[in-house]
Amino acid sequence: MIMSSSCKLSLASSRRASEGEISELIFKLQALLPERNRRELRRVSKEESLREVCSYIKKLNKEVDDLSERLFQLLASTVDADALTIILQL
Amino acid sequence: MSLNLKSLRTRFALRFIRALKKIHHQEKSFNKRYYKVKVAADASMAAAVGPRRAWSRALLSRARLGWRCRAQSRRESVECWRRKRMHGHGHARAAEGQGQGQAQAQELRSLVPGGEAMDLQNLLDETAHYIKCLTTQVNVMRGIVNCCSTS
Repeated sequence: MIMSSSCKLSLASSRRASEGEISELIFKLQALLPERNRRELRRVSKEESLREVCSYIKKLNKEVDDLSERLFQLLASTVDADALTIILQL
Repeated sequence: MSLNLKSLRTRFALRFIRALKKIHHQEKSFNKRYYKVKVAADASMAAAVGPRRAWSRALLSRARLGWRCRAQSRRESVECWRRKRMHGHGHARAAEGQGQGQAQAQELRSLVPGGEAMDLQNLLDETAHYIKCLTTQVNVMRGIVNCCSTS
């Protein structure tokens, strides 16, 4: 297969990301964290950033669990699911 | 890949509400309802995203195999634990050598669907997308709960 030199280069770089690329991705992840956590993360290690990201994902999953439980209780009550659609105007 | 949050929110909400209707009408067992709601939420989000992301593909294939395979995922996590035990020292050496958050990266792999198979760069990229979608999922679910609570 004939490859141009630029194509070969991009293949090589896609095999292993540079430290800079990893740092940039971690920085982008930091931007997704809640404001409160983000402010404290301005000068922290990559390990700490990843730790914060992990705990945020766990927190989101816990919220999904809690909201699922609430929704299950609401379904068990007299709520009509058709009314839901109307309320949300979807 | 850019993410249109408004369109994602609508696609997720439509699917999820449809699933809630089904659970409301079909599921008589109270015990199963909570689990079905949670599974419907995750499945609706994965379907709204479609197969263009590794994490959503992982969830969609889990759905195809049957979400009831809690046993399977339990087996998988036992296997993962066993592998970690066996190669624990190797991991420690790697961590010493690189010291770039290996343990945290491993934890992240266990939290993002399909994460075990990803290299670090893909994992971080998938995580960003996954967090945005999870946040959207939580916001829509919270909105539905608030609507129902006040109506």
